[in-house]
Amino acid sequence: MAKQRRISAGSRVFDYFNYFLLALLALITILPFIHVVGSSFATSAEVARTKFLLFPTEFSLKAYEYIFSTDTIFRALGVSVIITVGGTLWSMFFSTLTAYGLSRRDLVGRRAINFMIVFTLLFNGGMIPTFLVVQQTGLLNTLWALVIPVTINAFNMIILRSFFMNLPAGLEESAKIDGANDFSILFRIVIPISLPAIATISLFYAVTYWNTYMHAILYLADADKWPVQVLLRQIVVLASGMNYDAEAYSDVPPPEVTVKMATIVVATVPVLLVYPFLQKYFAKGALLGSVKG
Amino acid sequence: MESTTLTAKEESKQVKRMKRSETWRKVKRNKMIYLMILPGLIYFLIYKYLPMYGLIISFQDYKPYKGISESEWVGFEHFTRLFTSSEFWMIFKNTLVLFGLQVFIFFPIPIIISLMLNEVRHSFFKRGVQTLIYIPHFMSWVVIVSISYVMLTLDGGIVNAIVDSLGFEKINFLLNDAWFRPMYILQVIWREAGWGTIIFLAAITAVDPQLYEAARMDGANRFRQMWHITIPAIRNVIIVLLILKIGDVLELGFEHVYLLLNASNRNVAEIFDTYVYVAGLQQGQFSYSTAVGFFKGIVGLIMVVFANWLAKRFDEEGIY
Repeated sequence: MAKQRRISAGSRVFDYFNYFLLALLALITILPFIHVVGSSFATSAEVARTKFLLFPTEFSLKAYEYIFSTDTIFRALGVSVIITVGGTLWSMFFSTLTAYGLSRRDLVGRRAINFMIVFTLLFNGGMIPTFLVVQQTGLLNTLWALVIPVTINAFNMIILRSFFMNLPAGLEESAKIDGANDFSILFRIVIPISLPAIATISLFYAVTYWNTYMHAILYLADADKWPVQVLLRQIVVLASGMNYDAEAYSDVPPPEVTVKMATIVVATVPVLLVYPFLQKYFAKGALLGSVKG
Repeated sequence: MESTTLTAKEESKQVKRMKRSETWRKVKRNKMIYLMILPGLIYFLIYKYLPMYGLIISFQDYKPYKGISESEWVGFEHFTRLFTSSEFWMIFKNTLVLFGLQVFIFFPIPIIISLMLNEVRHSFFKRGVQTLIYIPHFMSWVVIVSISYVMLTLDGGIVNAIVDSLGFEKINFLLNDAWFRPMYILQVIWREAGWGTIIFLAAITAVDPQLYEAARMDGANRFRQMWHITIPAIRNVIIVLLILKIGDVLELGFEHVYLLLNASNRNVAEIFDTYVYVAGLQQGQFSYSTAVGFFKGIVGLIMVVFANWLAKRFDEEGIY
């Protein structure tokens, strides 16, 4: 760039510092993940020997063989996949319908309904009353408890709504003249041209569902219904005896370090696999949300 | 003609009636739209508003087998118990300290990183750094805490291996109450600082490049440009986000804190959310824990309204 040809010495020193600090920051952020992935593929002996292991010298799949040798992890992964795929579809269906309906400016009562939804972001009944409702609606100890009580995330719905509101109004008008009803306008016209926003919000939901932990410990009593995050916690944190509920597990020998590392990787990899897509859409979605939120 | 002799009263009545039928026509025309939002409305009513109604059990001695209608009323008993409890001030203080860490330690960090990123001229470097520092945001708290755990544990954790090799005594970070707060805020920074830059970077992009040009002409160096142009330009965004943060005063992350909580650090780690969980779901004191949650919710609501009012007083836009 011609403008910046003349750079003073002070400015250059500033640049070096800035680049160095940012590179360091990125490195510090990412090193723990590399350490965990590296250790999960190492032998226990090497992990014990090496202080800061990033890339194993002896490659070993032992930890993975161990965790995949029982049904437990398959069951947990299965639960996570089911609620992630099913939950995302479920949430997107209802969020899209609600968002589109509320994006229509001629809707009588729209302001009141909007306020009613936004208010839930400022105040809510809290953990125990919500638990009692989940219990009374018969969801307790079923996988539905991880999905139905979080059907619509008000923030996500608002992002979608503002996206729909910014679509050109003429589209709907012309479709209406052609005699299309509101449902076919939504599914044949609005959704196809809103795919970037739909993708963004779907990913928001998918990551939330994959990372579900709190609702599982609140609503699910049976261990065979636990998603992978709960299992991960059992293996890594509880096995150490540092938590309240640790007594129940104290007779189980603590798993080896490499096994803990491998479990972390298994719980993380699906998110990392979609990360390239996530990054592209999430930044946009986060902005949409913050502007209109 | 009779129609011209309508009194003003009758006329306004007719206008009203016409308006009403107009509204009714609009409603009828949009009946499919109402059908679309109906499931969403039902969801919010059942899972958001019914629990708000459920808050009344905080004034009862709620027994699950009796239900809300049959349970005995006890007035403010549970609130009195909370405020006179020896644990109340401990929990209050712990919550306040974590909130303070969020506002004073965490909050400025994404702003500083954004300013640094804004000074980067090579876009591949900038994008590379962004890609990497966003990653932790997508990890669950379980993963963040688990990774911290395997790194900080006494035997085999790399942090203690380093501490040991430097000749110091190993530190039991996970069971030490002095390390809970630093650990909490470092994990928050690790997970959210990078992601937090997005909105500030977007605000910076909107700054008119001519302003920098002019400042350079006047001999302003890069720090002065940052101070006099970039920061004022994102001031509004900073204030809005600060309000949101203050509004979140008591939302410190139940999951995160619960994952770190144990018997040895409870005196600094117990916050309202974790207390509600333990008292309510583990010990079955539904009414009492609901009262605790209610108190927390009301304080949170007051804080949002207060923060918004404050912003308006300072002639900013506010958030709603």
